[in-house]
Amino acid sequence: MFARTSALVFLPQCGQVRNMATLKDITIRLKSIKNIQKITKSMKMVAAAKYARAERQLKPARVYGNGAVALYEKAEIKAPEGVANKHLLIGVSSDRGLCGAVHSNVAKAIKAKIATLTGEGKEVMVVNVGDKLRNILQRTHSNYLLLSCKEVGRKPPTFTDASIVATELLNMGFEFDQGAVIYNRFRSVISYKTDEKPIFSIDTVANSENMGIYDDIDADVLRNYQEFALVNIIYFGLKESTTSEQSARMTAMDSASKNASEMIDKLTLTFNRTRQAVITKELIEIISGAAAL
Amino acid sequence: MMAARFLRRSIPVLRQARCYADAPSGSSQMSFTFASPTQVYFKEASVKQVDVPTLTGAFGILPAHVPTLQVLRPGVVTVFNDDGSAAKFFVSSGSITVNADSSVQLLAEEAFPLDQLDVAAAKANLEKAQSEMASASDEAARAEVQINIDANEAIVKALE
Repeated sequence: MFARTSALVFLPQCGQVRNMATLKDITIRLKSIKNIQKITKSMKMVAAAKYARAERQLKPARVYGNGAVALYEKAEIKAPEGVANKHLLIGVSSDRGLCGAVHSNVAKAIKAKIATLTGEGKEVMVVNVGDKLRNILQRTHSNYLLLSCKEVGRKPPTFTDASIVATELLNMGFEFDQGAVIYNRFRSVISYKTDEKPIFSIDTVANSENMGIYDDIDADVLRNYQEFALVNIIYFGLKESTTSEQSARMTAMDSASKNASEMIDKLTLTFNRTRQAVITKELIEIISGAAAL
Repeated sequence: MMAARFLRRSIPVLRQARCYADAPSGSSQMSFTFASPTQVYFKEASVKQVDVPTLTGAFGILPAHVPTLQVLRPGVVTVFNDDGSAAKFFVSSGSITVNADSSVQLLAEEAFPLDQLDVAAAKANLEKAQSEMASASDEAARAEVQINIDANEAIVKALE
């Protein structure tokens, strides 16, 4: 007798928990989403400030970078076709996430280039600037990674950073013939495009056809010039990438805040409805209890 | 009707072709770009002459100079504008490219107008570097101190 009544007492409570979220659950959820919204809003403000500074620094950096690649464009330097050249890809991203598709775009471009180049039988090595890129590439292409750089993205990149990357890269001793720096070119606050700028080795430049018109060049001068040009191109890629990353983070955090406020609105409505339902249920119990007497 | 519309469209094209022919050709003017990583001093400007200090010596570049590539030494770059005024800048290092179409790209790692440099601070740095030379141990450290000395000497010489 007693055992059967206790079983009957337990069942309705289980049924209640399974069917509807209690007021306490909704309150907890509402509080956590409000906190998340505050965080994403403040992240958006920080990203907006960093973006403004990065865009200001990008203007002179763009003129500088375009001046650096002017030689390659005007002299139309190309690596000799058909020779089994060694390629070097420098992918520029950063350490921090929550910035949309910035890192995966660069990784996608690198993977596509590796696929075409190995299909043609050329040797490829990848240098990545930024931890996020290393995480993505390490899963599938870890035997192509030559050098990885960390601590990128916390502070705005300087010329010294680019020269450190170039020095380490040249010290690795990988004799590449040509290559590319793959970065996100900044177009506007809401759009960026993955782009690449070519880099060449000293021999490729020296043996290129149009170099004959350039007067008075000896090997030393050319080597200094090439190393400086490499640093310039890496610097240019870094500057463009940071600007694209900050603007992408701004848009991502903005849409996250908007989604959070949508969820808050919906949850508030559910909370009010649940509250009214609980009050109504209590009233019904009281009234039916009083009617039973 | 269609013929008239075609005629109306073709006439502006002819006018554009005439404008292109009247524009001056680029090779008689120098398109000069002078920039450091943080600042742009000249962007595709038209100047009369540029004097640069390079590792192989100082030379002046006029429009239609023979194409060349050079590496800069710490020293003073003088830019002579079309109106005759001269602007002096101190550059630490960098490269200069003169292309066949008379465009010149002067990329300096650090560049400042001379009036932003303090000769007293440069002299103090020079003395400190010269005293460090005595205590420099290995070749890399000695090379760094030598570069320091060269740069400060050039600044002092430029400002005097």
